[in-house]
Amino acid sequence: MTLQETPIVQLQQVTKTYGDLYAVDDVSLDIYPGEFFSLLGASGCGKTTLLRMLAGFETPTSGKIFLGGEDVTDLPPYERPLNMMFQSYALFPHLNVADNIAFGLRQERMPKAERDQRVQEMLQLVQIEKLGKRKPHQLSGGQRQRVALARALAKHPKLLLLDEPLGALDKKLREQTQFELVNLQERLGITFIVVTHDQEEAMTMSSRIALMREGRVVQVDAPRRLYEYPNSRYCADFIGSINLFDAEVVKQEDNLVTLKSPDCDQLLQVYHSQPLLEGMTATVAVRPEKVQITENCQPQRSNQLRGVIKEIAYLGDVSVYHVDLPSGKRIQFTQSNVQALAQQPLDWEEEVCLHWQADACNLLLE
Amino acid sequence: MSLGVKKSRIALFSLLAFGYAFLYGPIVSLMIYSFNESRLVTVWGGWSTKWYGELMHNQQILDAAWLSLKIAAISASFAVVFATLAAMALVRYKRFRGRGSLLLMLTAPLVMPEVILGLSLLLLFVAMSEWLGWPAGRGQTTIIIAHMTFAIAYVTVVVRSRLAHFDFSLEEAAMDLGAKPVKAFFTITLPLISPALIAGWLLAFTLSLDDLVVASFVSGPGSTTLPMVVYSSVRLGVSPQINALATIIVTLVSLAVAIAGYVFYRQEKQRLKSLQ
Repeated sequence: MTLQETPIVQLQQVTKTYGDLYAVDDVSLDIYPGEFFSLLGASGCGKTTLLRMLAGFETPTSGKIFLGGEDVTDLPPYERPLNMMFQSYALFPHLNVADNIAFGLRQERMPKAERDQRVQEMLQLVQIEKLGKRKPHQLSGGQRQRVALARALAKHPKLLLLDEPLGALDKKLREQTQFELVNLQERLGITFIVVTHDQEEAMTMSSRIALMREGRVVQVDAPRRLYEYPNSRYCADFIGSINLFDAEVVKQEDNLVTLKSPDCDQLLQVYHSQPLLEGMTATVAVRPEKVQITENCQPQRSNQLRGVIKEIAYLGDVSVYHVDLPSGKRIQFTQSNVQALAQQPLDWEEEVCLHWQADACNLLLE
Repeated sequence: MSLGVKKSRIALFSLLAFGYAFLYGPIVSLMIYSFNESRLVTVWGGWSTKWYGELMHNQQILDAAWLSLKIAAISASFAVVFATLAAMALVRYKRFRGRGSLLLMLTAPLVMPEVILGLSLLLLFVAMSEWLGWPAGRGQTTIIIAHMTFAIAYVTVVVRSRLAHFDFSLEEAAMDLGAKPVKAFFTITLPLISPALIAGWLLAFTLSLDDLVVASFVSGPGSTTLPMVVYSSVRLGVSPQINALATIIVTLVSLAVAIAGYVFYRQEKQRLKSLQ
């Protein structure tokens, strides 16, 4: 990603309050041309309010919004050079598909010949050439989604806002459409800002994700970095599953931190570049797939746990094991089911020894 | 067992028949007697359409009918415009200063006795012509204003219930695509709520055509509406012409109601379809 460019969207300390409620609380973001940017968070975290402020349907209580360097904070929606795809699709029920797509072009008084051509282009783009004459209520959910997308793209906006674009589709269609959406975005070179509550969806499609919580942005990063290097317990917990150990710093040599946790007999070791104080508390986070099972425990090895398997969930591609530690804490680890039947399948109540590398986990400071 | 079922069926059917007879008997007998040859309303003298012919030459009734239709059409049209504005304000803005009193004022004519409404309007018009010089006298204008007053209340109920189901993200989508708010309203919202506006207009039209009490209060010399003519002529003894007139009105009103019902049915069906 080239971050040297000037941002297409700039949010400067944007805040939106409803009475005492901070829907969006002091959010500053830079979004660059060509990005597929996701606003991810649980419902009520303010992601939709933020999107509606970008579209112009809400005005920030304080802060500024810039589009392509221009202050648009007080610009009404019909004067903003962007388009939005609504969660409900908001297709005009009394207009057919072609007229729905042409609506925006009519507003800018595009000549009829050019308009018809653009509508055809759009129908082809989303592969619904034959549906131009249909009314929205004669379409399936997937087809409506395509019409909504075509209508939002018809004016060739530089920036497209999408509010839960795949939320109304069933799982199979959603997975398929995710890739289509990414391909489309890459082909057209338009900047996409997507609101979603589905972390898998955000991970699949986005170039960067902003994770939001209670109106604030918790972390902004590429999907891989968000997963591998979460900066907080909330983020670690929200994206995928994770094992967290409360621990106390024993020592730090170069970047290698040694900690002691009441849940583990052995010491924990993790790499961390910032200087830490001895005795401070921190959380060691390790993803279930980074935990390996070893033959038997060695006396002086760090990042090593002994436990008893209590639950096994076979998910097809992987199996998830829940292990009880002597301290009573329950942790998870996963193994991919490479072979149809493992040579030595793990069983309930089996005692196992678990281990992970110091570079496979990370340290969270709250 | 089967005898019991049969018996209860007969009982149910006769109840239904009684209900229908109770509701429609008087109207049907009125319609039949409009084709009565005899001058005496209660004596059957054979089939004839002569009262219809005479009705067509009764200038007083024709003038009154024309006036009533005019008043009904004008007051209904104004009522629809104002009621749409009121309903938009009430549905779209859940909190504004004076919302409560607006709601109250819009409900009041629905529950207020017509006599009181008529009397209060009369007092208002008298006071206004005294202080402001307008309306100069009582007549067509005052009846139109009076009918608008209660018609707005009824039409607001109809339009509001339609707007309560209206997806305002459609307007937002229109604005997002570059339409100014007024244009978004006229190209998106208005076509979609038009069935409710038509139904509301028909309702207001019928209410106005039907009104005797309020009109009697606020009308002046030379502005006699159809119900007023009918009422005064009945007091002098029922003429079969009135039967003929009533038959025509009943036919027209039922036709209008049937159309309104059909429009509502289609609108509802389309709305349900678009929700799927």
